[in-house]
Amino acid sequence: MIRLQNIEKVYRTDTIETLALNSINLDVARGEFLSIMGPSGCGKSTLLNIIGLLDLPSKGAISISDQKTDHLSDKQLAQFRNKKLGFIFQSYHLINDLQVLDNVELPLLYRNTTAKERKMLATEALEKVGLANRIKHFPTQLSGGQRQRVAIARAIVGRPEIILADEPTGNLDSAMGNEIMDILISLNRNEGTTIVMVTHDENMAHKTHRLVRLFDGSQVQ
Amino acid sequence: MLKNYFKIAIAVLRRRKFFTFISLFGISFTLTILLVLTSFLDKIVGDSYPDHKRDRSLYVSRMSEIRKDNGINSGPLSFYFFDHYARSLKTPVKIGITNGANNTNTYVNNKKITVNYKYTNADYWDIMEYDFVEGKAFTKQQIDRGDKVTVISEDIKKEYFGDVPSVVGKYFEADNIKYRVIGVVKNVPVTSYMTYSDIYLPYTVAKSDFTKDKGYSGVFFGILLANSKADVPRMQAEFQSMIQRLPMERKEFIKIACHASPYIVSYVDTGDDNRSGVTMVLTAVGIFVLLVMLLPALNLVNINITRIMERSSEIGVRKAFGASSNTLVYQFIVENIILTLLGGVIGVVLSFIAIGVINSAHLIPNLVLSINFTVLFIGLLICFFFGLLSGVYPAWRMSKLNVVTALKAQ
Ligand SMILES: Nc1ncnc2c1ncn2[C@@H]1O[C@H](COP(=O)(O)OP(=O)(O)OP(=O)(O)O)[C@@H](O)[C@H]1O
Ligand SMILES: [Mg+2]
Repeated sequence: MIRLQNIEKVYRTDTIETLALNSINLDVARGEFLSIMGPSGCGKSTLLNIIGLLDLPSKGAISISDQKTDHLSDKQLAQFRNKKLGFIFQSYHLINDLQVLDNVELPLLYRNTTAKERKMLATEALEKVGLANRIKHFPTQLSGGQRQRVAIARAIVGRPEIILADEPTGNLDSAMGNEIMDILISLNRNEGTTIVMVTHDENMAHKTHRLVRLFDGSQVQ
Repeated sequence: MLKNYFKIAIAVLRRRKFFTFISLFGISFTLTILLVLTSFLDKIVGDSYPDHKRDRSLYVSRMSEIRKDNGINSGPLSFYFFDHYARSLKTPVKIGITNGANNTNTYVNNKKITVNYKYTNADYWDIMEYDFVEGKAFTKQQIDRGDKVTVISEDIKKEYFGDVPSVVGKYFEADNIKYRVIGVVKNVPVTSYMTYSDIYLPYTVAKSDFTKDKGYSGVFFGILLANSKADVPRMQAEFQSMIQRLPMERKEFIKIACHASPYIVSYVDTGDDNRSGVTMVLTAVGIFVLLVMLLPALNLVNINITRIMERSSEIGVRKAFGASSNTLVYQFIVENIILTLLGGVIGVVLSFIAIGVINSAHLIPNLVLSINFTVLFIGLLICFFFGLLSGVYPAWRMSKLNVVTALKAQ
């Protein structure tokens, strides 16, 4: 499903060069739930962003669903992300100016859909995360756990094959974190969605199929 | 899609009340100034009372005699010029001759009042369609006889005679001469400089005999009336060829420039062929409008750029979920146009209010303003254009934001 070959990422600033990722080779199978762990600054987010085509590697190749991605234009990349990928972030990144329903509809705006379809699909996604009764709320009127569930609804509304989650439970207490984790697990089980999740929490990591550890930009396990 | 843009645009505006206020204020205020200003201009060149025959009239306001050393003697013309040279033309059916109003003082019950007076010939009254409240204009006979008669405006009648029903037959004293009032006309706004005055006198009653001076330059301007609109070009050509045949007054003159022009052209005549008044006025107005509109536009650009950081999370999210850079540019431009058009609409409303206030406050005598709808339309168009312009660069900057950086900021 996802194949990373010899990925290297170097950040250059005026004064220093940081090797954030060092020859990473990784294969994620279709339907796999993979977690990534490692100390702060070891390159987890960098890796996830590269998998999500949000950032380009300095070296190496990525293919997703057997498709090479290195030659895609800005527009094609956008389309590709829209169809194949869903993102969940630690700090939710909901648009506070928009109601929950509009937030969840967002990925559908960049596809050919009618307003009616969008509303239907978004409501469906919100039902899956148990927030169907909050569609008219604004994000600021919700708890952290609820916000993250909205973010999950947004990530799944377009039925992507892959979900990339960067510390989705990082801002939540363990009860709410477990709720989120349960949603992800059932998503993976019932819909076969491939999930790559960065986490700091061993308990969460052990609920997934496989754990990859990074240290200083290199894969150690 | 557009509905969604509208939603987010309105949401952003509501959240950023101060920013919205500043932008809207800038745009609306500018547009209001523009609209009120043009409605003034409109009045000045557009209001025709009592000159209702403008479409078949040509105006001669000045002559320029160019010297060998490239110097120019320029100014209004002599009575003789109109009475002799212009009179020789075949196309004009009437030639109105008058000067710009001068003022003098007069006393009513020991109270000093300033009176504007101007001289006219008889044709002037045939060309101009003054509304007579009472009485009538002086005739050619009265002029030729040098009768001391006058037509006065409603305003000066009230000031000089007070609130009396009729003043025809009474005497109006100015410069120690008593003129018999033979007519009272509705007021002309001071902006119509060719026709405005408090009192109108036959040119023959002036202390200096205007007919004596056979030179070209003097204090008069003329209005040539053609039989029909279709005759106007011929009248203009005839006048031009007459000017070309005019003998030079003195050896050092090499050229005479003098035009019979339509009203608007003559209103801004510079008397210099190389610097057309119309182009100068248009350029000046154009530059002014551009500058006036540029300020709020720059302000918007500036504010828009500072909004980038604020909305970086949104930009990051939209990109992550499938918005291409172009889509984002489009979104932000649409948002900006919504904002500027909103400002435009408020500006139009403000203009209506401002003009209503100016009219009801009687700030300027005899002037009633109204909105020029062409300007209104152009104003909104300019708003749209600046909305586009002030949105493009910030939008482009926003769209170029790297997703990861955009999501990290906060
Ligand atoms: N834009 C950037 N410019 C320069 N260096 C960067 C940039 N982004 C990340 N880095 C560096 O790359 C390394 C990896 O960063 P990354 O964000 O991937 O770490 P992380 O494993 O996600 O850490 P955390 O657990 O704190 O989120 C760090 O040393 C970081 O300082
Ligand atoms: Mg991280």
